[in-house]
Amino acid sequence: MTEVQTDQNQVRSSREDDDIIQIKEMHKWYGEFHVLKNINLSVKKGERIVICGPSGSGKSTLIRCINRLEEHQKGKIIVDGIELTGDLKHIELIRKEVGMVFQHFNLFPHLTNLENCALAPIWVRKMPRKEAEEIGMNFLERVKIPEQARKFPGQLSGGQQQRVAIARSLCMNPKIMLFDEPTSALDPEMIAEVLDVMVELAEEGMTMLCVTHEMGFAKRVADSVIFMDGGEVIESNEPNEFFNNPKSDRTKLFLSQILAH
Amino acid sequence: MSDANLTPKENYTPGNHPDLPPPPGTIGTIGWMRKNLFSTPLNTFLTLLGIATIWVTIPPIFNWAIFNSVWNVASRTECWDQMAYPNEGACWAFVQNRFLLLIYGFYPEPERWRVNLSFLMLILAAVPILFDQVPKRKWALVYSVAFPFIAGWLLVGGFGLNPVDSDKFGGVMLTIIIGVTGITFSLPLGVVLALGRTSNMPALRIVCVLFIEFIRGVPLIALLFIASTMLNYFLPPGSQFNLLMRVLIMVTLFAAAYNAEVVRGGLQGIPRGQFEAADAMGLKYWQAMRLIVLPQALKISIPGIVNNFIGLYKDTTLVLIIGMFDVLQIGRSSLADAEWSGLANEIYLFTALFFFACCFSMSRYSLYLEKKLHTGL
Amino acid sequence: MAENVSQDEGKTLSHLWRNKESRAVIIQIVTLVVILIFIGLILRNISINLKAIGKDFNFDFLFIPAGYDITFQPILDYSPEDNHLWAGVIGIVNTLLVAISGIILATILGFTLGVLRLSSNWLINKMSYVFLEFTRNVPLLLHILFVHAIITHTLPIPKNAISLNDTFFLTNRAIYLPEPIFESGFWLTAVAFFAAIVFIYYFKIWAKKTQDETGQIYPVFWISVAALFGAPIIIFLVSGSPLSWGIPVLKGFNFKGGLAIRPEFIALWLALSYYTATYIAEIVRGGILAISYGQTEAASALGLRKNRVLQLILIPQTLRIIIPPLTSQYLNLTKNSSLAIAIGYMDVVATIGGISLMQTGKEVETMLIVLLTYLFFSLLISAIMNFFNRKIRFKER
Repeated sequence: MTEVQTDQNQVRSSREDDDIIQIKEMHKWYGEFHVLKNINLSVKKGERIVICGPSGSGKSTLIRCINRLEEHQKGKIIVDGIELTGDLKHIELIRKEVGMVFQHFNLFPHLTNLENCALAPIWVRKMPRKEAEEIGMNFLERVKIPEQARKFPGQLSGGQQQRVAIARSLCMNPKIMLFDEPTSALDPEMIAEVLDVMVELAEEGMTMLCVTHEMGFAKRVADSVIFMDGGEVIESNEPNEFFNNPKSDRTKLFLSQILAH
Repeated sequence: MSDANLTPKENYTPGNHPDLPPPPGTIGTIGWMRKNLFSTPLNTFLTLLGIATIWVTIPPIFNWAIFNSVWNVASRTECWDQMAYPNEGACWAFVQNRFLLLIYGFYPEPERWRVNLSFLMLILAAVPILFDQVPKRKWALVYSVAFPFIAGWLLVGGFGLNPVDSDKFGGVMLTIIIGVTGITFSLPLGVVLALGRTSNMPALRIVCVLFIEFIRGVPLIALLFIASTMLNYFLPPGSQFNLLMRVLIMVTLFAAAYNAEVVRGGLQGIPRGQFEAADAMGLKYWQAMRLIVLPQALKISIPGIVNNFIGLYKDTTLVLIIGMFDVLQIGRSSLADAEWSGLANEIYLFTALFFFACCFSMSRYSLYLEKKLHTGL
Repeated sequence: MAENVSQDEGKTLSHLWRNKESRAVIIQIVTLVVILIFIGLILRNISINLKAIGKDFNFDFLFIPAGYDITFQPILDYSPEDNHLWAGVIGIVNTLLVAISGIILATILGFTLGVLRLSSNWLINKMSYVFLEFTRNVPLLLHILFVHAIITHTLPIPKNAISLNDTFFLTNRAIYLPEPIFESGFWLTAVAFFAAIVFIYYFKIWAKKTQDETGQIYPVFWISVAALFGAPIIIFLVSGSPLSWGIPVLKGFNFKGGLAIRPEFIALWLALSYYTATYIAEIVRGGILAISYGQTEAASALGLRKNRVLQLILIPQTLRIIIPPLTSQYLNLTKNSSLAIAIGYMDVVATIGGISLMQTGKEVETMLIVLLTYLFFSLLISAIMNFFNRKIRFKER
């Protein structure tokens, strides 16, 4: 443990003040395909960032690189002062601090909703079961479905499942939350319940990176909106400017398409 | 956050970054090898182990089977005389010597054209069943249905042909006869059993369940023993059935029970709406089954049915235990010949290749069908 | 009456008969009558036919001396003076012996092959594919004969036995292994072994309880392994190694001493195991592939390590998928063990259904015994697996 801490401190020295995520000149390839090109991004503590862009633009890949679900081949990613390399210890440390919510929820179907929530606190944070379940219950209450705690994910609606998934991530008390299109697999009437939870979370000051097409959400909570296309960050701005005064033609085109309906 | 966060170090305006080649060593042959053969220490170890296994096994097998093999001699001794030491190479002369026996069994030589003709007709009959793009498929299918009876007449004789006793049947020919008969007749019977098992009439259902579960609970060998030793007791006194007929019945019943279970799975996969729609159209039970339910259920079950057929085809070898001369038994009994004894590897390898060719093509066909089903055609 | 039993398909199907329940009843009665007449006719034919050749139906033959030799009877003793019943029991024991050892080896091989087939290593992946396809598409009986032929034809006669370290001998008569000879005091080691099992059982419960209460995680797996092997070994050494090995020695034309494993058993056991393993591999592969990769990603994103992802997420879900098809493979293996007769391994078909049948001419009775034996095993295995399956299945879906 101590060894890891010194490790952490070593990397921390290179850290600029409040930036909890730093990505520098990062490139990623799938085989020969250049998916992410020269990504530079830094996120301050408590900042809320919405990433949008057409499908295939690399936005999901970008946030999946942040907790190393995908590997980058060039450049640097520093999360909470720890650089992401092949080092398993670093990856583990970062994953403890970074929560992730997936498009398809990925709840564990063989465990109850409460067990889904308590699993990581028990096995990663080494908490007593009672304490972990209290935390789980606490977060299930915050996403407003405590009555579903003893049921299995398969018995819940999509919106409820996604809320359980958010609660499951929050149980690890993460410093950063990544949302990978959390509402795009949901029926329209369920989107609002998930967005409400995310708005609440944003208002509490959680550092968030959301890949989403919910522009209403972006306008309401985002500190900045990033537009990606073809593996590049095309434009990045605070939401008002971004929506009312987009600079690049590609952004204009994208916004016109997405706001048309 | 503002543009200051994005600090481009390379001189491309946003949106104009070209596709760059990936870092060296991640693509091409080296990248491929690194990823697929040497990605972790364990993988490297496994790769080396695999190479070692191939190195140790493949060259000796090739040497034995091809480079040092001997053809066109009259006995094992002559074979081994040509080698540096006995069994240095395969003595394919043995298979060569027994080839006709392995194919036709003891079928009388002047009548073998009948076997060849049946085989040709079998291929013609199979084509319209296997592929649905055949022109005038309906008529071709009528021929396919008639084929087993025509072939039966051709092989057994009578009605103008010299009768051939069925204990003269053997080799590949017998294997195909049992396999094709079992495959042909077990499917309809299996469908009837499956319908019985899913029927809403308890008496019918119980009879079918008992039959299916009994057959599936006992080994085929035991059923073949029954066929060979006591099936004649079941018949009215004085009547006799020849052994081949009894075996064909047992094999068909056996395969039917397994097919019934696959078809039942298919029937359960049909959504309720289909039954209701048929009902709403005022169709009678058999009409609904024939026109709506069964075509869909069978389509879902085809891969499972083909798998059963492969199993059945392999199981035809079991008849050697009750004294029939299928291709495996012809080979095995040839080993008892003093001229050739001790050449088990050659004969078994030949038989194995024969079965592999048949069964592998069946399983490929099943995969092809599965793919076709998935694309909804 | 019809609808009550099968509601699912029953309701809609019965509508097709449009209120003609009477028709259903008639059909059923006709079916039953036809089948009963059919069975009755067969029974009548059997009794007439048997009478005609002077046979009757009884099981008295079971108690007369069998008079034939059984070459492989490692657990129970048998001699030709024993009766047919005892020969049958030996046959059943031999069936069980090869079935159980086959199931164990097939499971190990099958899981290994299944995992290799999914390996990201291209070479290993392709090699296991070739092995699986070649094995599966060749009849089991051929595999059995082939392995048997290799053992009996390629291995030397006892005089020229292939010796491994002068303790193991490979010959075409049998494979000879050292036989463990237990001396007094070995019981302590046996006790230690069983104590270790009891300890592991309670340690697991205790470790789970401690984890629930304090969060402390113990390496249960490694401690269990250590206890299982460590305790017996330590006790064994402390009590002065009360075990010696009876090394087989060549005397005259054959080996004396040691354990002799007949080629029939080895051929049957190996062929059954690797043949069934190819099917198990396919089941395991399918079971693992059926779980979406998202499960692994979600678990890793929560910070769980690879081994915990396996233990907590993947294995429980995979088991649930593969147990039903696995059961039917175990049943198949048990039924396929009846191919024993082709190479002279004396299982239940070869003893009661084979030689006893030939000697006594009691076809009906002997076949009845064989059929009932297999039906009993089939039902037993399905019952056990159903129980296990129910235990690990999700309570709710």
